[in-house]
Amino acid sequence: MNGRRRLLRSAGAFAAVIVTGLLKPALALASNWNKDAFGQKTAQDALKSIGAANPSPSTDLVIEAPQIAENGAVVPVEITSNIPGTTAIAVVIEKNPFPLAAKFDFLEGALPYVKVNVKMGETSDIRAIAWAGGKQFTATREVKVTIGGCGG
Amino acid sequence: MAGPMKMRASLSGGNTDVRVLMIHPMTTAQSNQPLHFIQNVTVKVNGRTVIDGQISQAVSRNPVFSFRLKGGAKGDRIEVSWLDNKGESNRIESTVA
Repeated sequence: MNGRRRLLRSAGAFAAVIVTGLLKPALALASNWNKDAFGQKTAQDALKSIGAANPSPSTDLVIEAPQIAENGAVVPVEITSNIPGTTAIAVVIEKNPFPLAAKFDFLEGALPYVKVNVKMGETSDIRAIAWAGGKQFTATREVKVTIGGCGG
Repeated sequence: MAGPMKMRASLSGGNTDVRVLMIHPMTTAQSNQPLHFIQNVTVKVNGRTVIDGQISQAVSRNPVFSFRLKGGAKGDRIEVSWLDNKGESNRIESTVA
């Protein structure tokens, strides 16, 4: 076998390695989703996983949600951070099977505000976390759920 | 089935309110259906990312989000896109009214 053929063959093998082995991790990275944090089954573990194990309570973090939700499948939650320099907000539903519901990073041009409908399995505190100036802040609000909504 | 999106972006009190609807089943691990939910939500203004969101199966079916953008002007291009756990995605673009 001459050198050119050997080179072609090894190039083919190298291409196969890229396709089978390296492409998948590259795609997983591109998805940019915190699998570890969203997979946690307690609120405390979820908070640790997003780097907010000991947030400070703040009245400048405002949660709007109904006191009583008849249907746990659609609970409107509105979160506003009045903490200067807020760069991110997370929503944790303490008693859900997977408590971390969402995390939003706000870049230059966005205001630290989000409204979203969430599912709640049972009556629970909804906890908001805000990141500002390298610190974490938190507030909670209880929502009583008449019919749980995690089967949807 | 995932379907088309709807969006409205309007000026309000000097800022831009963005309201967006996504048609998506958002099925959970607790349901008897395959786990299928949006994981990433991105908001761009004139091509630049301003909100980078990660969400879980706890967001309701056919998600509706409201966001607020600092300032803004009529004609600004707002784009919202999503990507789910199966690699499906969708996007919508409209201008501020």
